[in-house]
Amino acid sequence: MSVGFATIYWRDMIRFVRFKTLLLSSLLQPALWLAFFGIAMSSSFDRLMAGVPVPPGMQTVGYLTFMAAGIIAMTTLFTSLFGGIVILFDKNWGLMREILASPMDRNHIIVGIALSGVTKSFIQVIIIMVFGILIGAAFFAGFGALQVVIGVLGILAFVGIFALGFLFLSAGIAVSMESPEGLQGIITLLTMPIFFASNALYPTDSFPPVLQTLSYYNPMTLMINGIRYFAIGPEFLALGKLYVYTPADIALSFFGLILFAAITFTFAWWRFKNAVVT
Amino acid sequence: MAGTAASGAHPVIEVKNLEHSYGDFKAVDGISFSVKEGEIFSFLGPNGAGKSTAINILITLLSLQKGEASVAGFDVTKNPQKVRESIGVVFQDITLDRDMTVWEILEFHGRLYNMSREERRKRIDELLRLVQLDAKKDERTKNLSGGMKRRLEIARGLMTRPKVLFLDEPTIGLDPQTRMRMWDYIKGVNSEGTTIFLTTHYMDEADRLSDRISIIDHGKIIITGTSYGLKNTLGRDLIYLETSDNESAIRILQGLPSVRDIKSKTKGFVLMVNEDGTKVLPVIIDALRGRGIELSTINLKKPSMDDVFVFYTGKELRDEPEGKSVYLTMRPGGH
Repeated sequence: MSVGFATIYWRDMIRFVRFKTLLLSSLLQPALWLAFFGIAMSSSFDRLMAGVPVPPGMQTVGYLTFMAAGIIAMTTLFTSLFGGIVILFDKNWGLMREILASPMDRNHIIVGIALSGVTKSFIQVIIIMVFGILIGAAFFAGFGALQVVIGVLGILAFVGIFALGFLFLSAGIAVSMESPEGLQGIITLLTMPIFFASNALYPTDSFPPVLQTLSYYNPMTLMINGIRYFAIGPEFLALGKLYVYTPADIALSFFGLILFAAITFTFAWWRFKNAVVT
Repeated sequence: MAGTAASGAHPVIEVKNLEHSYGDFKAVDGISFSVKEGEIFSFLGPNGAGKSTAINILITLLSLQKGEASVAGFDVTKNPQKVRESIGVVFQDITLDRDMTVWEILEFHGRLYNMSREERRKRIDELLRLVQLDAKKDERTKNLSGGMKRRLEIARGLMTRPKVLFLDEPTIGLDPQTRMRMWDYIKGVNSEGTTIFLTTHYMDEADRLSDRISIIDHGKIIITGTSYGLKNTLGRDLIYLETSDNESAIRILQGLPSVRDIKSKTKGFVLMVNEDGTKVLPVIIDALRGRGIELSTINLKKPSMDDVFVFYTGKELRDEPEGKSVYLTMRPGGH
C-alpha cells in the first residue's frame, strides 16, 4: 500500500512547527477568545439568568461552559478552512508541480493535508479544554474517570470528522484558485454564516424559521451537539433553555458530519483530478 | 522496469505530430522529433515558442490533445504513471519550499517516489556531494543563492536515477559564472548515462551543451541538427560587405561558385560562402573593383548559433540585449 499521504503529512507538520509565530498564535488565539469573550459574555449572561428559576434536579450550566463548546467549534472551523491554503502557495510558488509530476496518487495530497489539519485541530481543542476548565468551564463535571476518557474521545471524534469535512472543502477550493486573496475572500464569506447560523454562542430556538432550519443542518451545529453531549451530558439547562440529547440524536449528528465529509471529499477529488498546474 | 530502450535501439523520447492549443492559440503546432538514449537534446527558441508546453506534455502535467508522445518507452496518455516513474524534472521557476531545508527537500522527493529509507539516505548523500551542497544540508532553501537553488533542484531531479532528466530553462536568471558551472554539472550528469532534454532561449547554452538542437518558433520545429551541422548550413564563413552599389554587387557576386546565398541588409549585404572566407575575399574584391564598385566596409566571421537562429526564424531572440549586432538580422527578402 502506498503511504504517499504520510509524506504530505510529514511535510505539512514540518511547516506547522517551524513557523513559531504561526504555531504560537494558533495555540494562543482560541485561549484568548475563551478568556476575553467567554468571561465577558458569561458574566453578563449569568447575571441576567440569575433570577430565572431552575426546575428542581436539573443540571444548570453557566454561559462559559455553554460557549466553550462553541469556541472549540469555531477554532476547528477556522483552522480547517485555512488548512488548504498551503496547496495554493505550493501551486503558485512551491512544491505542487513536483508533487503532481510524481507517481503519487493525487488523493494522497488531499488525505495528507486533511490529516495534518486534523492533528492541528486536536492540539488546539485539547488546549482549549484544559484552559477552559482552568478558568471555570464545567466540562466533565461530576464524571468518573472512564466517562472523562469517553468524553474526550467523543469530542475528538466529532472534531475530527468535522475538521475533515472543511479541510476537504478548503483543499478543493485552494487547488482551484489563483490567488491567496481570493481564497481568503471565499473563506471569510463561508465562515460568517456557518458560525453565526449555529448554536455556538446562543440557542437557535428564537431564530426565524428559515434560519432555524439552516442552523439545524449546519455541520457546525451537528458538531457542537456532539461536543456538548460528551463534555456536559445528555441533559442540561443553559441560558434558560433545556437541552436534551438522546444517543440517537448524537449518532444522527455524527452521521450528518460523515455525509458532509464525504461530499466535500468528492468535491476535492474532482477539483484535484482536473487540476492543471504548469 | 523502465522502458525497453536497449542502448540506442529505441529513442528515449519519441514525439509525432504533437499539437496543443489554448483556446484559439496554437502553442504547439505539429512537432515531431526523437531523442536518443544518452543524448543532450535542446529546444532552442524565444519565450512563447511553445517549449514549455511541449515539455509539460512530455512530463504528463498537461494532457495530450493531438499527436503521439512516448517517454522512456511509455505512452504519455496510456501510461502516465510509468512515464512519471522514469523521469526527473527541473521546472522553469524555482519550485522549492522556502522553509524546508536542503535535506528535507530531497527527503520529501524520495518519499514521494516511494524510495526506501536506506536508499533515500544514501542517494541524498551522494547527490549533495555531486552538486556540492553537502555543507548546506541543514540550511533552509530561502538562504541559498540562485545557483545553489538550481543545483538543489537538479539534485532533486536526479534522486530517483531517472532515465531522462527534463530541464526547462535551467540557467535562467543566473550569472555567467554560475551558468558555466551549471553546464558542467549537466554534462557530468549526462556522462553518467542520463539522457537530457532541455529547453533554452540562450544560444550559447544550446550551442555548448547539446548534442542536437531543434530550433523552435511559433510552435513549430524549424530545423534540427548538431551545433556544427546547423552552422554549416549557413556555409563555412559569412562575409559582410557595404559597397557603393549594393544591388549591382549582389548581382555580380551571385554568379560566383563559392557563394551559397546572399542576404540583403540595411546598408550592405551578407555572403554565405562555401569555402574559406579568407581565400574567397580577394576574388570578391577583384570582381567588384573590376566593375567599378567601391567597397566601404568588409567583415568576415564564422557562422554562430545566433546567425543560425536568426537565419531560420528571421529574428533575434526577443530578450537579447539590443544592439548586439547579428549578421543575418534581416529577414530574407525583408526591409
